[in-house]
Amino acid sequence: MLLKLLLKNPFRHKLRALLTVLGVAIAILSFGMLRTIVGAWYAGVEFSSATRLVTRNSISIIFPLPLAYYEKIRQVEGVKEVSYANWFGGTYKDKKNFIAAMAVEPRTALDIYPEFVLPPDQEKAFLKDRKSCIAGIKLARRYHWKIGDQITLTGNIFPGDWEFVLKGIYTGKYASTPEDQFRFHWNYLNERLKKTTPRRADQVGFYMIEVKKPELAAQVSAAIDGMFKNSLAETLTETEKAFELSFVSMTEAIVVAIRLVSFVVIIIIMAVAANTMAMTARERIGEYAVLKTLGFGGREIALLVFGESLMLSMTGAAVGMALTYPAADFFKSQLSDYFPVFNVARETLYMDAAAGLIVGVVAGIFPTWRAVRLRIADGLRRIG
Amino acid sequence: MKNIVEVKNVTKSYRRGNQVVPVLEDISFEIAEGEFVALMGPSGSGKSTLLNLIAGLDKADSGSIVVGGVEITALTETELAEWRASSVGFIFQFYNLIPVLTALENVELPLVLTRLTRAERREHAEMAIRVVNLEDRMDHYPSQLSGGQQQRVAIARAIVTDPAILVADEPTGDLDKVSAKEILGLMDRLNRESGKTIIMVTHDPRAAEKAHVMRHLEKGVLVNAP
Repeated sequence: MLLKLLLKNPFRHKLRALLTVLGVAIAILSFGMLRTIVGAWYAGVEFSSATRLVTRNSISIIFPLPLAYYEKIRQVEGVKEVSYANWFGGTYKDKKNFIAAMAVEPRTALDIYPEFVLPPDQEKAFLKDRKSCIAGIKLARRYHWKIGDQITLTGNIFPGDWEFVLKGIYTGKYASTPEDQFRFHWNYLNERLKKTTPRRADQVGFYMIEVKKPELAAQVSAAIDGMFKNSLAETLTETEKAFELSFVSMTEAIVVAIRLVSFVVIIIIMAVAANTMAMTARERIGEYAVLKTLGFGGREIALLVFGESLMLSMTGAAVGMALTYPAADFFKSQLSDYFPVFNVARETLYMDAAAGLIVGVVAGIFPTWRAVRLRIADGLRRIG
Repeated sequence: MKNIVEVKNVTKSYRRGNQVVPVLEDISFEIAEGEFVALMGPSGSGKSTLLNLIAGLDKADSGSIVVGGVEITALTETELAEWRASSVGFIFQFYNLIPVLTALENVELPLVLTRLTRAERREHAEMAIRVVNLEDRMDHYPSQLSGGQQQRVAIARAIVTDPAILVADEPTGDLDKVSAKEILGLMDRLNRESGKTIIMVTHDPRAAEKAHVMRHLEKGVLVNAP
C-alpha cells in the first residue's frame, strides 16, 4: 500500500512532475555531454601507448632537434625502434579547412604506430613514393579523397603549397585511434627545406621511441636525456601520455571551466528539485499529519517524502542518460573536425546516475526532516 | 460502568513567539465505557485541543490522561503512535482521505501497520466499508464521492482496526443537513450496536443531541464538570 502511495504521489501534479523530471533529465544530459567533451579532449592521451616515448627539445616543443640524434638514440639500451616527425599543420583549399598533417619517417612510424591500419598494398605504395601521403578514413571521407588523388596543402609553419599523392587510407585499430590525421614523408619536407631554407633542414620536431618493455621507459628516458646533456639541443624524454598531456595542459583552463560548468548545472537542478520537493511536502503536511494520526511513524513518512524525491530525480536521470547516446552521436557528427573521438564513457554514465541520486537525496533531506518532525496537531490545523 | 477515559489536572498552553497562551487549565473529568460524549464550546475554548490530548495526538504540559487503562501521558512518541494505531479511531471534519487511494484502500491504510496478511487486510476493509453501506463505491476515489460518502469512508477507516474509542472533530461541520443526519445516525449506531465510546467535538446543537453526555468548555475550563 505504501509502495502504491509512493508510486502515485509524484504524479499527483502531473505538470509539475513532468517539468521536474524534464529539468533533471536536461541537467543530467548536459552534465553527461560536458563530461564527454572533457573525455574527448583527453582522447589523444588515451590513444597513447605505455611502450612509446617522445623526445623533444627540453626548452620547448617549438624548438627542433638535430637529425643526427637519430642514430645515437637507436643505440640506447632498451630501445626497440625510433622514428621522427615534424608537425606540419596546414590547410586544404580554404584556410578554415585545417589538416592535422605530420611529416614522418614513414617505415618506422608505421612500425611504432600499429594502430594506424593500412592495407598491405597501400602501405607498400606509400613507402615507395616520396611524394605520397596517407590520410585517416574520416579525413578522406570529409574531403571525398580517393586513392591516387592529388592533394595540395598550404603550409603555415612551412609556407607554400605542398603537393601530395594519396596512396593510402588508414583506419584506426581502436575506438580511441584518431582517424583524421594526414601523414607524409619527412624526406619530402626536408629536401624542399634544403633548397628553400637550408637552416631549417635536417632538423626534426621530435623523436618517437618504442621501448622493448614498458618498465624500461624511465631508464631509457634518463639515458637519452643524459646523453644530450650540455649539448646545444638538450632533450626532454617523456612517455607519450605525458607528451600528449602537455598539449592538453595548454588548454587546461577551458577543460577546468567545462568541468566547473558541469557541476554548476547539477547544483542548479539540485536547488530546483529541492524547491519542488519543499513545495510538495508543504502541500501534503495535512496528509502526513493524518498518516501520523493513524499510527504511521517517522520511518514510513520519510520513505514517502524521500522516496518521492528519489523517484523524480532518478526518473529524470534515467531519461537524461538514455538521451546521452543519441545526443553524443549528434555531437559526434557535427563536431568530428574538433573531436574525432567522442564516446560516452561508462564512467560518465555512473557519474550521471550518482548525480541523479545526489540531486534526489539533497532535494529530499529538508522536506523529509520537516515531515518527520511535524507535530500532528500543527499538521491537522493546516487542513482546517 | 467502568471509566475508559480519566483526565486529571491537565493543563496545556501554546507558545506564540515569546508569549505563552494557556489553552486548557486544570481539566479533570472521566468518560465511562460506551458513552457518547459531545464536547462543546465556542471557538478557541480548547475543545479540539482536549480531544487531541485524549486521542494521543498532542502532549499535555502537566496532569495525566489514562485511556483504556494506559497512561498515555507517560508514553514516548513511538509508543503513542502504536497505541493510537490500535486503540483509537479518528473522524475529521474534512474527512482527510488520501486522494490517490480508492475508498477501499483508504480504509485498508491503518491495517498496513498490523501483522495481517494482504488478503486479511482486504477482508477487514471490505467488512468495514459494508458497515457504512458503501460497498458499491469501494473502488471509487475520494474525488468521485460526495462529502457524506467521503465521511462514511472516513468512519470505515476509523473502525477498521476495531478500536474501543472513536474521536470525532466536527464530523458534520462540512456536510449538508441530510448527509450530517446520516453520519450522526451511523455514529449513533456504532455507539449503540458496537459499544464504541465516542468523543465528539461539535458546534452543532443537533449533533450534540445524539450524545448521552455534553461537556462545555469555556476559555480552557470545563464549566459543567460533574
